[in-house]
Amino acid sequence: MTATVTAPRRGRTSGSGIRRGEALAGWIFTAPVIVILGIFLFIPVLMALWVSVSDWGGRGSPFSGNVNFVGLENYASVTTGEGLTARDFGTAMRNNTWYVILVVPLQTALSLFLALLVNGAILRGRGFFRTAFYFPSVTASVAITVLWLFLFNPRGPVNAFLALVGITGPNWFADPRGIFHVVLSGLGVREGPSVLTGNGFLAVSWWNWGAGPSIAMSAFILMAIFTTSGTFMLLFLAALQNIGPEIQEAAMVDGANAWQRFWRVTLPQLKPALFTVLTLGLIGCWQVFDQIYTGTKGQPAKTTLTPAYLSYDAGFLDQNWGQGAAIAFILFGIIVLFTILQRWVLRERPVSRRRARQYELPARPATASPATIASRQVPAPPDPAQTPGGADDLGKGARS
Amino acid sequence: MKRHTAARALALGAFTATAALALAGCGQGFDDGGSTGEGGGDDSGLTILIGSSGDAETDAVTEAVAAWSEESGTPAEVTVASDLNQQLSQGFAAGDPPDLFYLSTEALAGYAANGSLQAYGDDLENKDDFYPSLVENFTYEDQFYCAPKDFSTLALIINKGLWDAAGLTEADIPTTWDELASVAQTLTKDGVVGLGYGWEWQRLGTFMAQAGGGLVEDGEPIANSQENVDALTYVQDQMAAGTFAYAQDLGAGWGGEAFGKQLSAMTIEGNWIQGAMANDYPDVEYIVAELPEGPAGKGTLQFTNCWGMAADSSNQEAALDLVQYLTSTEQQLAFSQAFGVMPSIQSAAEQWKTDNPDLAAFIAGADYAQGIPTYEGTADVITDFNSQLQGLKDGDPQQILDTVQSNLEAIVG
Repeated sequence: MTATVTAPRRGRTSGSGIRRGEALAGWIFTAPVIVILGIFLFIPVLMALWVSVSDWGGRGSPFSGNVNFVGLENYASVTTGEGLTARDFGTAMRNNTWYVILVVPLQTALSLFLALLVNGAILRGRGFFRTAFYFPSVTASVAITVLWLFLFNPRGPVNAFLALVGITGPNWFADPRGIFHVVLSGLGVREGPSVLTGNGFLAVSWWNWGAGPSIAMSAFILMAIFTTSGTFMLLFLAALQNIGPEIQEAAMVDGANAWQRFWRVTLPQLKPALFTVLTLGLIGCWQVFDQIYTGTKGQPAKTTLTPAYLSYDAGFLDQNWGQGAAIAFILFGIIVLFTILQRWVLRERPVSRRRARQYELPARPATASPATIASRQVPAPPDPAQTPGGADDLGKGARS
Repeated sequence: MKRHTAARALALGAFTATAALALAGCGQGFDDGGSTGEGGGDDSGLTILIGSSGDAETDAVTEAVAAWSEESGTPAEVTVASDLNQQLSQGFAAGDPPDLFYLSTEALAGYAANGSLQAYGDDLENKDDFYPSLVENFTYEDQFYCAPKDFSTLALIINKGLWDAAGLTEADIPTTWDELASVAQTLTKDGVVGLGYGWEWQRLGTFMAQAGGGLVEDGEPIANSQENVDALTYVQDQMAAGTFAYAQDLGAGWGGEAFGKQLSAMTIEGNWIQGAMANDYPDVEYIVAELPEGPAGKGTLQFTNCWGMAADSSNQEAALDLVQYLTSTEQQLAFSQAFGVMPSIQSAAEQWKTDNPDLAAFIAGADYAQGIPTYEGTADVITDFNSQLQGLKDGDPQQILDTVQSNLEAIVG
């Protein structure tokens, strides 16, 4: 904030006049935040970084004289070799990778779907549904986990329901079999080809990487989708309400059907919201901890072990603080990497020539379709005076 | 330009000063533990951190410590931890640990290796009265670290109602693996499984002990010995027959829950089962019997905690005195009465047997029980072993035990 105020002044005047002292005021106003962030965020992160390259054993200060720098030893012990530590980390990465692959797309799709539903004008009692969908998000994850353990008990409501439709439900939180392996063993394949079982990554064989999430992890995946889609629904809903109805109308005039209007008009305008949802989803999914801590502690057969829980376990229970910190920083690296990757995939691109050609309609060469023009414009908030429908919509949303 | 720079410098200075102050405050918390006598509590008082099983235990310990305080004139405060391991770790890292605390066998090696613990075992006056196997449980690198506060062993718990209903009598209580298999088969009916137990080494290890195996013997890992393979194969066969089952597969969290809910007619559990049955399933009558003999005779596992003392404790003399008071015959019998544990000293055994005739099987186990090996990293090896035991039904015992063997070889020696 201060930078934008002081920057032009520096070149122009020598700091006299009524604007004198603004810089100081700026620093003073921002100081509390800088100090708080520094003490509670930045400095602890740097300390943890030091711990991850030291041999600190958990007693006394990590900055005392008898703590030594060991370079990347802690990182090497979790990522290389065939030992127990490396295998645990590999297993945790395998579990969490499947968790991310399944949770992120599903929760994004579901939350978008829910947002479209409650945004639509057809649904009665939209206020009720908005609250209902959002409700799981405001409930503590520990409480939801306990609820989930109860629901997915082998003699619990979920299996009772499955029994009604003639399916014998699994013993959810006690079943370590990967879902893809279950399918394969149903087809008679019990052992993987030696190419897959003999080779691997992070001390876990490719065959085991391909096992998919265990049935226990699948229950957690369902839970994550259930709890987070409400929050993300709100983000999508806010973005949807920013899209004026005139754009939809223009597309309708052009003869676009509902599907085309969604894919070609609505979705492109939701890109910023989509980016936010995907980023938050990725970060949350890679850091999954509370559910594991309260629910299963990595059991059954380590198939619900996640790097975040492993990091806690290595530090607090085994006193391997260096390894715990190293795991946390590897996780940090993964999250940053994925966010950059996803930013690159969702970047703003000029319309490709192939795409542009689709809009060149030979019959009406003079006018481009209004829908395409509209879809490229930055959406403006609907003007209540001009779009009574939109204002009504917002009003209802606010009242409910 | 000059004034502007001055303002900036002033602002920067103010920020640096604030940050430095804050850092100093932060640093203080970290450093004061290094210098003894400053942060670790002053000479006058002791702090005691316990992980309590419930009000009965909390009250008993608080009362005993208060009595000692009165006698010795040293104030002492008992705190109940909500997460013992985490709170201990925080205490050690901050250099401000409690003077005395409950310490499990698994956690011993980690804290002993980083120098957090005071090895006071040899200074105890009643040192020779402790069961030798318990002393071994708290010996790390040939040093006896801390006094075992009490212990528990595993025994066979039998549901009396189901036992009688199946036409079985006292004479049928199994003493061999074959008898165990046959009574389990008799009891398996109407949705009840003969024998249910937790899916972990902490229960299945009894079979390994009965077969003459174990994890470490004389400093050598023996996890993949033929005895252990035989033990797991026996268990696997019974589970395949449906007469033995994991409590988790029955829909319970642990053996005691499956037993209390009458999902299994027998279970393998320790002394703590009394409290659980009295609180949660008061209507279920049960018999406690010694575990059956395997090919190599009797075998069971024992679990224990000790009174850990912090190396940073500023009043170790008083702390040692308190430990001796708490582990005395009289006090241990009082604890036993309050919350059902067994005294860790041999001189109290006879009295305990007289007081608890129904539970004699537990203390009989003390003579042949195996404990958890105390090497740094044992806890991880056992966690990994457990994770594989959870797949025992479809697994290969030899392969599972080979992995355990290689994991153990990495930490032993």
